[in-house]
Amino acid sequence: MSDEEDDEIILSELETEDLVLQMHDDLYDGLREEIEEGVNILLERGWQPYDVLTKALVAGMTIVGNDFRDGILFVPEVLLAANAMKAGMAILKPLLAETGAPRMGKMVIGTVKGDIHDIGKNLVSMMMEGAGFEVVDLGINNPVEAYIEAAAREEADIVGMSALLTTTMPYMKVVIDAMVAQGIRDDYIVLVGGAPLNEEFGRAIGADAYCRDAAVAVETAKDFIARKHNQMAAG
Amino acid sequence: MSTPDDSTLTHEGMAAGNPAGDARLLVIGCGAIAREILALKAANGWDHIELTCLPAILHNHPERIAPAVEQAIVKHRADFNAIFVAYADCGTGGLLQEVCDRHGVEMIAGPHCYSFYEGNARFAETSADDMTTFYLTDFLVRQFDAFVWRPLGLDRHPELRDTYFAHYTRLVHQAQTEDPGLTAKARGCAARLGLAYERRFTGYGDLETAIGAATGAAR
Repeated sequence: MSDEEDDEIILSELETEDLVLQMHDDLYDGLREEIEEGVNILLERGWQPYDVLTKALVAGMTIVGNDFRDGILFVPEVLLAANAMKAGMAILKPLLAETGAPRMGKMVIGTVKGDIHDIGKNLVSMMMEGAGFEVVDLGINNPVEAYIEAAAREEADIVGMSALLTTTMPYMKVVIDAMVAQGIRDDYIVLVGGAPLNEEFGRAIGADAYCRDAAVAVETAKDFIARKHNQMAAG
Repeated sequence: MSTPDDSTLTHEGMAAGNPAGDARLLVIGCGAIAREILALKAANGWDHIELTCLPAILHNHPERIAPAVEQAIVKHRADFNAIFVAYADCGTGGLLQEVCDRHGVEMIAGPHCYSFYEGNARFAETSADDMTTFYLTDFLVRQFDAFVWRPLGLDRHPELRDTYFAHYTRLVHQAQTEDPGLTAKARGCAARLGLAYERRFTGYGDLETAIGAATGAAR
């Protein structure tokens, strides 16, 4: 889409259905101000905050995630899209708290000790929030105690760990081993992710699942939460 | 043969010369350390080694390194008495070591070139303190735009800089050579990333001992 065409689009004049599609495009192009404007227009038109979140933002970000997975988009473009989505979510967050939205579960997430990389973790946090999870972000460089204390304090369903370096990813096993030693491993769903990881590594360290990207993390978390609820219902 | 320029080393690598003659050991290395290996070869009179390099830009795609090295081993092994892989783990998560073990060839110990240039033992001791350090070698200083600035999209979206580097505090230029021009460029790289600058002269570190041991074994 050319700049010239962009300039001709007045968001407030679009039919709602077209506006949502335009917001998907704007998210794809990382247009932060346009996303903020689109969110406000949808709210003014009486949309529920949860619908704005899921149908305009999450749906748009899912397209971005799919094209990243397929090698069409790259990290810089995904970050710009994420920044735009974050701006939209900042408007919606207080409204979501007021109006109530489905709560999927609670996750504590952090980058492991020795590692300061948080781009992937931040994307996962944002998409998990978009999917209705409550997320407690522990930040970077987290020792075992930080994960275990936060998981207990927050009564989390899910513990998420991220690492970018091959030298720091083994620390995930240190955390899981500590959870096993304390007899609390099965109290949590443990999800791991990061560029150098793979499924085999996730299995080897005793995680419940390795998540290749933020979209997979959301789907995996939903799946595990559903299983947990089914088990509780059966029990 | 003449050494390719940095851009060629980044994107294409360096082909092996004619194996006929005295060359008995083939070093399969990363293009980012080609100049350093050739300097060591000249300084130590390692006339019996030949060098081929894979594109240095694989540094940004570590999942491609092990398969590319394996392909090079298979391609060249009949032409040389021995092969040495001049890579450390380099983000392969042990996959490169598996390839080397499978083919019975040695590689450089350690996690990456920043470690072996500094000396693996020393780097391991200080790595916890250096967690917020972004490293560049001489080669990476020269090829900063190709390896850092453009792949991160900072040429198009400079506003993303702090998204990438917010948790970093300093750029350490691990200098293999004394080159005031390169020092100035490295200082400029640090400024572009908004990081403090430190120059550490490492020389060739463990690279020299690793290749030296391989040349000794191949004589």
